[in-house]
Amino acid sequence: MTEHIVKSYDRDLESLGSRISEMGGIAEKMLADAMDALASFDADLARRVIDSDPRLDALQREVEEAAIITIAKRQPLAVDLRECVAAIRISGDLERVGDLAKNIAKRSMKIGAEARMTRAVIGLKSMQEVAAVQLKDALDAYAARDVERAKEVWMGDADLDALEDSVFRDLLTFMMEDPRNISFCTHLLFCSKNLERIGDHTTNIAETVVYLATGEAMPVERPKSKRTGGVGDQ
Amino acid sequence: MNAPTAIAGDAKVSIRDLEFFYGATRALKNISLTLRTNKVTAFIGPSGCGKSTLLRVLNRMYDLYPGQRAVGEVLLDGENVLDPDVDVNLLRARVGMVFQKPTPFPMSIYENIAFGVRLYEKMSKSAMDVRVEEALRGAALWEEVKDKLHTSGLGLSGGQQQRLCIARSVAVQPEVILFDEPCSALDPISTAKVEELIEELAERYTIAIVTHNMQQAVRVSDYTAFMYLGELIEFGETDQVFTTPREKKTQDYITGRFG
Repeated sequence: MTEHIVKSYDRDLESLGSRISEMGGIAEKMLADAMDALASFDADLARRVIDSDPRLDALQREVEEAAIITIAKRQPLAVDLRECVAAIRISGDLERVGDLAKNIAKRSMKIGAEARMTRAVIGLKSMQEVAAVQLKDALDAYAARDVERAKEVWMGDADLDALEDSVFRDLLTFMMEDPRNISFCTHLLFCSKNLERIGDHTTNIAETVVYLATGEAMPVERPKSKRTGGVGDQ
Repeated sequence: MNAPTAIAGDAKVSIRDLEFFYGATRALKNISLTLRTNKVTAFIGPSGCGKSTLLRVLNRMYDLYPGQRAVGEVLLDGENVLDPDVDVNLLRARVGMVFQKPTPFPMSIYENIAFGVRLYEKMSKSAMDVRVEEALRGAALWEEVKDKLHTSGLGLSGGQQQRLCIARSVAVQPEVILFDEPCSALDPISTAKVEELIEELAERYTIAIVTHNMQQAVRVSDYTAFMYLGELIEFGETDQVFTTPREKKTQDYITGRFG
């Protein structure tokens, strides 16, 4: 796209994008590290994840303030206006992704050595891998303003929902097998919910990318997998 | 001419294949668009794109200058105003114009308004008093000047003078009012008052406004026409033109990317 006549306008918009990229990098790392901390009961790693969160929060506030100043100063229109709106939305979604990863890290510290069932964690690992790829693709789609890629992310949310269903059933089974499993399985249930929520935020980012590039909204109904969460459906 | 009962949104002025020449130079190329009843249509574009030229065709202002001519159709309620048989004085009452620089006559405020009315209508003093008051109320100026109607119009502030010019247009009971950058010479508060007035006027008249201020176009207009080098590049509902323009040139212009 051609540059603005006023160069500082371009710099304003670029700095929004670069802060989002930084937030994306932090969120991706927090997600990966939180899962590793959970799988290997690594309390130090978990603590480092928790310590990363303030930087993410600070960046989100910076993005919002910068976007608001840009709106006041430049009175942006068309694609420039959508850039500001997109930056505000995406920074909010990435900040929540960080919070959800931090939550997983905190829970991993609670489970600690109590977790004997690495089998249970395998399902979560699959979810985390899908969520991580979705997040990376969404961030790449944003950086390239790539509508097709964003739409693929949007479609992919159904896979994560399906995985969450199967993890749910597995964890129920473990809890029914042995009451001593209930405590840590409940923590893992929350972790699986967090991963599914991370997927939703990633899908939000993808929707925002489509809006940014085209000015159009994605359909309200996201693709859904068939839900059969009931215990009797084993 | 009796105007048919107007329905908001109907075609009031239909411009068809309009071409305009300053001597040999073609300044407007094949313009077709519609001004709708009780709607505000904004004209935007870089200097020299033809937007003021277009406005001046609508009330045959160019007639005043030799060597300028228009070809095509400009239908006001179905009748072509470019027709040589048209009474241009009557036309200019039906289609009023407000310019960038306020142009009050060197007369009292009262006379500024009465002068124009008298060209078209004979009326008693009391009837004229009523017409003057209505016009000044219609321009949101009455409260400020009602106690000094016989002082000079030149003694008013810039913003008030501009509203006096609007009152003058309103006094002769127009159907269309054309604004050519009406706020360019005004301070922000006067600008806001004129913008507020335009919103009110749109309820009774059809409005066209040429403006350099993008945000003003977004604020006051229902439809926007983007012109460039004498051509109409894009025309559509204002919300759509300014949030998701169809043409790259439009987007480049409104976002300040124009070379």
